[in-house]
Amino acid sequence: MSGARGEPSDARGERAGARAERASAARAEPVSALGAIGWACRRDLLLTAHGKSELALVFVFFVLVTSLFPLGVGPEPALLRAIAPGIVWVCALLSALLSFGRLFGSDHADGTLEQMIVSGAPLAALVAGKMVAHVLVIGVPLAMLTPLIALQFGLSAGAMIVAVAALLLGTPILVGLGAIGAALTLGVRGGAALLALLVLPLAIPVLIFGAGAVDAAEAGMSAGAHLSLLGAGLIAAAIGCPFAAAAALRIALD
Amino acid sequence: MNWFKYSSPASFYPVAGKVYPWFFAAAMILFVVALYVGFAVAPTDAQQGESYRIMFVHVATATLSMFLYVVMALWCASSLVFNTRLSAMMAQAIAPTGAWFTFIALWTGALWGKPTWGTYWVWDARITSELILLFLYGGFLALTQAIEDPRRADRAGALLALVGVINVPIIYFSVRWWNTLHQGASITVSAAPKIAQPMLVALFAMMLAFWAYAIAAALRRVRCIIVERESGSDWLRALKRQGTL
Repeated sequence: MSGARGEPSDARGERAGARAERASAARAEPVSALGAIGWACRRDLLLTAHGKSELALVFVFFVLVTSLFPLGVGPEPALLRAIAPGIVWVCALLSALLSFGRLFGSDHADGTLEQMIVSGAPLAALVAGKMVAHVLVIGVPLAMLTPLIALQFGLSAGAMIVAVAALLLGTPILVGLGAIGAALTLGVRGGAALLALLVLPLAIPVLIFGAGAVDAAEAGMSAGAHLSLLGAGLIAAAIGCPFAAAAALRIALD
Repeated sequence: MNWFKYSSPASFYPVAGKVYPWFFAAAMILFVVALYVGFAVAPTDAQQGESYRIMFVHVATATLSMFLYVVMALWCASSLVFNTRLSAMMAQAIAPTGAWFTFIALWTGALWGKPTWGTYWVWDARITSELILLFLYGGFLALTQAIEDPRRADRAGALLALVGVINVPIIYFSVRWWNTLHQGASITVSAAPKIAQPMLVALFAMMLAFWAYAIAAALRRVRCIIVERESGSDWLRALKRQGTL
């Protein structure tokens, strides 16, 4: 199978090269899980760096949608401060949701995904690598944008720091859930709306604890409990989600 | 007795057909009994007046809505582990009934909330988790309907249900996590019930009625799914010739 439609040629070359490299490695010796994670992560980061990616749109969406709320509810500073933690989290969740289609979409379109499944490398590790790359490309920038939004909504410096920490802990969980949803809806008609229906209910605990952490910090209390719960969720997601997403990929490409 | 014999649609189909009318009849009888005891025999509540009587429907549907999700997830696990077609069909037969019970629980909860709390809706933990449960059912139904290939739909739905069932304990324990307006449980295993005897009778009769209804509905629906999936198979043609389809 050749490269995906409308993909820049350098990315296609990268893809083909990576595929050939992968095939020869599979013949030579079994790939370790850590090696597979590193390979998949590096490959996705390279593809993002080389391609004209639409990633910037996700961040524009994030800032744009948060700016709509003051216009909708009025510029009252006390009200904005009160709703800011929830808005930051809901908007981060929706922005991340926009990006999940990319996780497996182009790899599915050009056949790379099938190659990954038959390559002999542990699929869960490859999926984990793709998740790590996605967190670095989407989750970390979203967290870094949060201080800007916190300033707009008049949050205190302490709450701002907690918001960044909570997003750093929470977005990997969202990416894990999103990977499961994206794999389940791969190639299904109405996939984007379906993905939202599958992922958003599962992401609600993350939203509650994430926004709760910022709320607590804004109220002058310790955000430790909320952040600990997010951390626990992150560990559970890091262990469970790659396997579940890999199983879902096998089901989708069976 | 070999239970796995009934894991084949061909042998389960006639059994389900024989059994489900009995469950349906039991559901009807218990429902009438529960309504009679609940509305004519049970005393008026000291604090809530007559409005508490909606509890008989509300508590029974809310309990079953969560329980059915777990049952559905168990069928899903069985379908993934044993790779039996019937398990996945059972999961899909249960899902719409579970979604309906969830919806009825939310609806009756809103109607009960108005006279008791003065509002149809509060963002209380248990109400919110019930709403999340409705979305989980919706996601399962939407995913299994959106995928054309039945085998992929079965397995994808099974995986989703298993991921979702992790949320059911969170729903259950949410009462302790975020304790808000919603009253605590009145029936506990350890302590003596705090409600009057006829109320308890009505509540349990209603629960049994909905149980029986859920079983009857799932069996009736699984028969439809079997006919849909197995159309063209020899045993279905044979049944059709005999006129016992």
